[in-house]
Amino acid sequence: MAIRIRKKRLSRSTGGDLVIFFFLAIGAAFMAMPMVYTISQAFKPLNELWLFPPQFFVRNPTLNNFNDLLVLMGKSWVPITRYLFNSLFIVLVGMAGNVLTGSLAAYALAKHVFPGRKAIEQIIVLSLMFTPTVTAIPNYLLMSRLNLINTYWSVIIPHWQWTLGLYLVSRFMASMVHDSLLEAARIDGAGEFRIYAQIAMPIVKPAWLTLIILVFQNLWRETGALFIYREELKTLPYALSQVATGGIARAGVSAAITVIMMAVPIIIFVINQSKIVETMGTSGMGGE
Amino acid sequence: MSSVVSRRQMVSPGIEHKDSLWAQMKKSWRSYAFVAPFLLLFTIFTVIPVLLSIVLSFTYFNMLEFPTWVGWGNYIRLFLADEVFLIAVKNTLLFAVITGPVSYIVSFLVAWFINELQPKVRAFITLLFYAPSISGNVYVIWQTMFATDTYGYINAHLLNLGIIDRPIGWLIDPKYMMTIVIIVSLWMSLGTAFLAFIAGLQGISPTLYEAGAIDGIKNRWQELWYLTLPAMRGFLMFGAIMSITGSFNAAGNIQALTGPNPTDYATWTVMQHLLDYGNVRYEMGYASAISVLLFCVMVGSQRLVQRMLHKVGN
Repeated sequence: MAIRIRKKRLSRSTGGDLVIFFFLAIGAAFMAMPMVYTISQAFKPLNELWLFPPQFFVRNPTLNNFNDLLVLMGKSWVPITRYLFNSLFIVLVGMAGNVLTGSLAAYALAKHVFPGRKAIEQIIVLSLMFTPTVTAIPNYLLMSRLNLINTYWSVIIPHWQWTLGLYLVSRFMASMVHDSLLEAARIDGAGEFRIYAQIAMPIVKPAWLTLIILVFQNLWRETGALFIYREELKTLPYALSQVATGGIARAGVSAAITVIMMAVPIIIFVINQSKIVETMGTSGMGGE
Repeated sequence: MSSVVSRRQMVSPGIEHKDSLWAQMKKSWRSYAFVAPFLLLFTIFTVIPVLLSIVLSFTYFNMLEFPTWVGWGNYIRLFLADEVFLIAVKNTLLFAVITGPVSYIVSFLVAWFINELQPKVRAFITLLFYAPSISGNVYVIWQTMFATDTYGYINAHLLNLGIIDRPIGWLIDPKYMMTIVIIVSLWMSLGTAFLAFIAGLQGISPTLYEAGAIDGIKNRWQELWYLTLPAMRGFLMFGAIMSITGSFNAAGNIQALTGPNPTDYATWTVMQHLLDYGNVRYEMGYASAISVLLFCVMVGSQRLVQRMLHKVGN
């Protein structure tokens, strides 16, 4: 881990470093301000939420908003734990399937030569640019033909063919996994699946860790409103959004919900990013 | 090092060029097995629906009756009989020309600057910059900030300081609407491309830079142009696609700020027009025609960027 410390790099001027630091600091403040405001809102008592002129920071922080949320959730007809389970199931199974199908295909597309490879790659890139909105109707018909309406799978399976993830992983495979390494493994008699699982995937760990962040974000926000109509199969974001729609009286609760909804992906992000840094520190990269 | 080079050297198990196509395909069965699970789902859930909606764009389809063929009717109507669409095109082009390139360049520059930092600091700064994209609908906070009444954060403070004497209609006055929408979009624009750049930059081997320094690279800008950018070419294309789709598909965030019926259509985009016809008026043929046009424009921009990226590092 400590082998690759960032010592002062060659070809760097101190002046340039300062300019960059200045730029980053201003940028970070601009990015962080609304987030700080959001968090601060969640801890404001009701009278501070409607103060004039509005205050940026909370003065008398309170957990009332979170308590109110708990009370409201406790009253819900379907227990809150059920919504939570639904969300977790969809997120975990969706994520696993996405990383698996995407990285398998990415490996072959980036590292094999076979008839049709160019065409498949072209179609994938093109598909990224087609607006999914208009395909909603054909998709719905398809789901109902397959009898998947009102099941978790109607939400999960479309995420297993998310082209963006595949495209991302294939970029990493192409530039980080060296052919000489794969050749050596083939000469040693390793099968293609073993090479994929034990050589290629560990090298592109940053790719699939990044992919997990992105997929998690999508799945976590998934309300399933399009395909799932049974209350006990709906997800946490759906349940929380129902609680939040109560007008001015629920302003505090809805601020608390916003913070909870954003905290979870941020935690996943932090865990994954720190793992990415670790990988980079130990593996030395370039496929050794 | 770059993907272009490694592609050429790529050898595949047992394929020889003298083989017939069928023989080559038979020998590549492993490759097909790798691609099969994805490709099957992709065909069912993306390719077929997309092809169907291209066909639908030549029909009148209200989702109740069977579609009737109208030929180029939808497209002709878009350009000759739909004034709002032309406003939307103008707005979308303005929006995309600013937010697309700016978000792309800023994403790369910030990722590149961050890459110079210590790992711990790097993780923290990355989080700060990425947080707006990760946190769902937090952008509605801008709605509170720019709210049109005196309780709007910015109005309240400007009033309090005596800079203005009555609240400004930030989100309902066409003079300000587009500017604010662009600012908020830029605030959210360090997304997928940014993350890919961060991970991609960290994957560049340090030996590349050491060798470069010996070869006479003098400053960070030369290093960027001759070493970093060529090594990142695959990721740059990926990021470009993200910026293009992000800026041409903008609708949801804009609608959250300026509402479903913006004053004088000042922030009405092509995507909002599409959603209006698809989800509100149920004219699926017409909505499909809009999506086909959007697709063509995005593919065109992507080809343009691809050409420009070929010049990088030369």
